[in-house]
Amino acid sequence: MTLAVFFGCAFIAFGPSFSLFVFTVAKDPLRVIILIAGAFFWLLSLLLSSLVWFIAVKASNSQDLGLQRGLLMFGVFFSVLLQEVFRFVYYRLLRKANEGLAAISDDDGSAISVRQMAYVAGLGFGIMSGAFSMINVLSDSLGPGTVGIFGDSQYYFITAGELLQSLMETPSHFKVQFSPLTMAFTLINCCLLIVSKVVVKSRYCVGLEMQNMVMKNMCFISTNKQPIC
Amino acid sequence: MNTSDSEADSYNERSALVECESPTIPSYNQDHDMSLPQETDTKRRRPVSSGLDEPGPVERERASTPDGEEEELTLKYGAKHVIMLFIPVTLCMVVVVATIKSVSFYTEKTSQRLIYTPFEEDPNSVGQRLLYSLLNTMVMISVIVVMTIILVVLYKYRCYKFIHGWLILSSLMLLFWFSFMYLGEVFKTYNVAMDYPTLAMIIWNFGVVGMICIHWKGPLRLQQAYLIVISALMALIFIKYLPEWSAWVILGAISIYDLIAVLCPKGPLRMLVETAQERNEPIFPALIYSSAMVWMVGMADSSNPDSADERLRNEGGALAQEGVESEDDAAQGGRRRCSAEEDLEEDRGVKLGLGDFIFYSVLVGKAAATGGDWNTTLACFVAILIGLCLTLLLLAIFKKALPALPISITFGLVFYFSTDNLVRPFMDSLAAHQYYI
Repeated sequence: MTLAVFFGCAFIAFGPSFSLFVFTVAKDPLRVIILIAGAFFWLLSLLLSSLVWFIAVKASNSQDLGLQRGLLMFGVFFSVLLQEVFRFVYYRLLRKANEGLAAISDDDGSAISVRQMAYVAGLGFGIMSGAFSMINVLSDSLGPGTVGIFGDSQYYFITAGELLQSLMETPSHFKVQFSPLTMAFTLINCCLLIVSKVVVKSRYCVGLEMQNMVMKNMCFISTNKQPIC
Repeated sequence: MNTSDSEADSYNERSALVECESPTIPSYNQDHDMSLPQETDTKRRRPVSSGLDEPGPVERERASTPDGEEEELTLKYGAKHVIMLFIPVTLCMVVVVATIKSVSFYTEKTSQRLIYTPFEEDPNSVGQRLLYSLLNTMVMISVIVVMTIILVVLYKYRCYKFIHGWLILSSLMLLFWFSFMYLGEVFKTYNVAMDYPTLAMIIWNFGVVGMICIHWKGPLRLQQAYLIVISALMALIFIKYLPEWSAWVILGAISIYDLIAVLCPKGPLRMLVETAQERNEPIFPALIYSSAMVWMVGMADSSNPDSADERLRNEGGALAQEGVESEDDAAQGGRRRCSAEEDLEEDRGVKLGLGDFIFYSVLVGKAAATGGDWNTTLACFVAILIGLCLTLLLLAIFKKALPALPISITFGLVFYFSTDNLVRPFMDSLAAHQYYI
């Protein structure tokens, strides 16, 4: 596998967002800060949702696979919900900060417009979300083609390896492109959602939230009913 | 293997450092924070750098410019300073993580330990491990406290030559010995054939240029690069030689100590800073990373040092069990900022002590070393950057020397442990089912 797969998947997954970063965000320090803060808020939301999931799993019967799967679905749902909540919270925080900024500078408003902030924040969310999903798989693809050979006790190593093996086995290589593209899609979606907060009214916003959650939870409709182990 | 590290203490010797480009500038840092106190407003309105001593007309002229423009400029520059620190911190962390992931030497555990952590952790017994890590931490912190106090005493009694010599010795050690070790391990990992004469020439050139850049004159970027490299080397040494649990406890304890030493009125670092201020001298120019150079052109007075609060932290030396004494250790580094000097906008930089670089990199490096999960590393990285951002924000509000470690290390530790124990199983299960969130 190694380099070709690594670079290919990496560029597919992160190409658009990286170029967005380089061309729009990297030059303005304020935007970089907002981007990283956006990533941080996404991380916080993931942390809290995995805490909830972890507690639920520990409190339940670990042998019952159906229950575990149900808990996982609940975890995903809750995670998506929490992401939206944090997105909203971050957006309000930025708005308040911006208002404060604008109040101070009486000249021509603040240094950065609300739309730009929303776009950058969404980009931050999206990049972090994509990175968290893809990075381990990418780094495993860099290694030799003997993923999983040592029977490592580390759970993720095996699953990532088998994920990749299943990726390679599909004849159309559909899945190889599926995962990165999903990420790219999520990235763009995250930005657009935040931007949409700026321009649409609050009622419509709720509709967009619903749509976003539906989109994310669509991942449950997968062809694999079983985990890939 | 003998690992002696003598990273020096701060030294403050004006004569030796006057040419040094490491900044003795007033680092003015204003972040994009809304709650700017009113006084900064008036300060900013004071005459700026035309070098004239005519406060009157300049002031009036200044006052006529819209407030918003100043604020906006200030905010932009505040954000710029944050980025000016983000980049070197990121670079240092990237170097450390790349090395940890590729060169296995730094993750191999040997029986050698630093002399500062004498208790060996026994992996079998949790209670004993905890106890020994606490004891190790106490030993390490007391060593650091003692070194800092020695440093302050030396500084107070103006033993500049001693401090100067100490610092030179420690940078020599870092630039020659540790980089030789590092290069050797990299060559071993990538199976590169190298002969000794070539290696000697490389190391010699690297070391000598580094000494010149850091302690004397040199291009700013080169000096920054060298400071980043020696911080990374030091962090790698810590990652290798600190026992597992001790490292985490030490990180926590060091940030608490940093908080105390900088903020308490009788804290050693605060006293150091105040003494330097009284004497109108720059503190520790060679052991702080500074992000910009000051242009003295047209400034009425290069008066930066008098409001330069600076703390520097310097960790020192670990010795192997063979124990050669050349330890140094020192004061803590922090950021420095000048409150009252409103000068040229462009040349204000921000300074961060090398010890902060080192401990940030230790945290991220340990996250990369133990676990093998990139998500944890990424989470710690983001957490540290956000902590740094918040610290700089506080700096903008309070305008005095602040400890750079506590917030970042706290965030880093919280995110490390929670990502490792909570998020990782969650993401693993998701990946197994191919769910993406």
